[in-house]
Amino acid sequence: MKRIALLGMPNTGKSTLFNRLSGASARVGNWPGITVDLMSAKILMGGHIAELIDLPGLYDLHGFSDDEQVVRHFLSNNMVDLAIIVLNSSQIDRQLSLALQIKNLGLPTILLLNMQDEAKRAGISIDTLAMSQQLGFPVVQISAKYGDGCPQALQVAAKQLADKKNEISPQAVAALLEADVQIEQDMHNIVKKSVQMPAELNDETTDKIDKVLLHPMFGLPLFFIAMFLLFQFIFSAGAPLQAGMAWVLALLRSTILEPLLSGLPVWLNGLLLDGIFNGISTVAAFVPIIVLFFLVMSMVEDSGYLSRAAFLMDALMSKIGLDGRGFVMVLMGFGCNVPALMGTRVMRSRPMRLLTMLVIPLSLCSARLQVFLFMIAALFKPQQAAYIMFTLYMVSFFTIFLTAILFKGQYKSTEPFILELPPYRFPTPRQIWLRGWQEVKYFLNRATKFIVIGVVMVWALTHYPTNVPPASVGTLAGQIGALFAPILNPIGIDTQLAIALIFGFVAKEIVIGSLAVIYGMQGDALSHQIATNIDWVQGMSFMLFTLIYTPCLSTIATMKSESKSSAFMWLSIAWSLGLAWVVSFIFYQGARALGF
Amino acid sequence: MTIANNMKLNSLNPGQQGVINAIDAEQGLHQRLNAMGFRIGKKIELIRRASFNGPLHVRIGATDIILRGIDAARIQLIPA
Repeated sequence: MKRIALLGMPNTGKSTLFNRLSGASARVGNWPGITVDLMSAKILMGGHIAELIDLPGLYDLHGFSDDEQVVRHFLSNNMVDLAIIVLNSSQIDRQLSLALQIKNLGLPTILLLNMQDEAKRAGISIDTLAMSQQLGFPVVQISAKYGDGCPQALQVAAKQLADKKNEISPQAVAALLEADVQIEQDMHNIVKKSVQMPAELNDETTDKIDKVLLHPMFGLPLFFIAMFLLFQFIFSAGAPLQAGMAWVLALLRSTILEPLLSGLPVWLNGLLLDGIFNGISTVAAFVPIIVLFFLVMSMVEDSGYLSRAAFLMDALMSKIGLDGRGFVMVLMGFGCNVPALMGTRVMRSRPMRLLTMLVIPLSLCSARLQVFLFMIAALFKPQQAAYIMFTLYMVSFFTIFLTAILFKGQYKSTEPFILELPPYRFPTPRQIWLRGWQEVKYFLNRATKFIVIGVVMVWALTHYPTNVPPASVGTLAGQIGALFAPILNPIGIDTQLAIALIFGFVAKEIVIGSLAVIYGMQGDALSHQIATNIDWVQGMSFMLFTLIYTPCLSTIATMKSESKSSAFMWLSIAWSLGLAWVVSFIFYQGARALGF
Repeated sequence: MTIANNMKLNSLNPGQQGVINAIDAEQGLHQRLNAMGFRIGKKIELIRRASFNGPLHVRIGATDIILRGIDAARIQLIPA
């Protein structure tokens, strides 16, 4: 099978193109010579199946960032039959350097000039024929977002793949990567001969929006208002969807599953219905709100506003030893901590990167959001809900700031902060749909891996030995709870909640699923049961602990693989557990002392 | 709005332009600035500064870039 590598600078729409070419068939895979996962997909090209690999975005083939090293290691260890370079048409005058660096490797290559729509609007015209003659390989203008030119690009790629056989071995590429000559000169000549640019380039719309959103006084308040409105939108639009989902699941149980499974032995019926089904359906009810959350997050991410957030927040972040990018990672962490941790690869200085990685697990991710939505609905009045949720987000920020301030002495860095501000872009419905679908797929994947195993184990622990009532003190779960009681009683967490917390260490999605299994109930009945068992002070203490302690095993694994240090991983686990206990202890004992 | 000779990028006012004359940075930063389009002879404009002594927003050709004052101080300009 032929192997095609997709290379390009950041913000050139390379991943958009990858998604367009691969549809939804992308897989994550491991590659020789590198430790990180890369997305790849099998695509049909010129009548043959070829493997397309999305390499990380890079500015410079000879650069020192982790991503740039990943690309170098990939090319030095894997045979590539075709390199597809993606560059931004409107920044071709400086991005061409990457194409020339890759040309020097001698691999069969084609160059795709993306964002031709933006370039056209900016008055840039590119003579692709002249450029291709200068470069010695085909050049095609495309718009990955709208699909213009993509069929043509595929044809050109197929032809290049058929015509040019790669005779350059990875070893030869490795040797060439050492040298870097003449690129500056060549770049200048080619741009001069083939590109016409207006003297002053100005994207007027972006400028106008920036004048408001980056305003010295109103920029920051506008940012927080925008974030608040987005969250408000997610919760108000998500609530009816969530109720609908719960209704459908309850109907499924009563009309189909219960009659269907009634012939089974009692224990198996209990395991399937009160164990697996209750557990999964309690979690599944939150899927619509999570999908909505990711759709909104990906729109914000693709719009270019996050780089502006980095600009606005950098002054404050520099005081706590981080930079504007760290703030963006924390925002991404609100979706899921794992990609946020991987996003720190753009940082070159190790201390800065470690400090950012230490605070990311404290950002309130969507899995924890499910737990809070459920507990808040069970223990508080609807009109209080928004305030409690807001408080939890503030606590998340507070713990992030506190952690950074306490550890910044250990992780000193002089990393320069240089970041590109892309023009504002509006994602197309197709982009949004693909993103949403990927999130659902990811959730279902986790559901099968973690949640099913988790709820089955919780069910087993709460039902054995069989001669005592389920979930009582005599069961295995009760005994484990009793073991942890000396630590968890001072923060108001009872045996049932303790079991949920222990399993929450694996993944927060399991927490409410396991509560459903522990109590053997689902939906409203479960909420009422919890409200009679614990008061709001205990509930709040439980939520604080859930917010701060280690998010999930995937985060821990990512932490270890990204930092390449077990000591750092253990530090993160110990710190978050300790901080969680201290915060919950202060809250719980303080609230009780005040008479609540 | 002409600027003085050998002025540093971080002392420009919003709206002022200059031409890059020298970049005084170690190899890693130099390479990174190069890749972002900071090259000798290029025209650069300061668009705005973030409040609380935050980063600068500059424009080189079609590219908008933000960087901190401390890093901008390494870039010397001459009048456009």
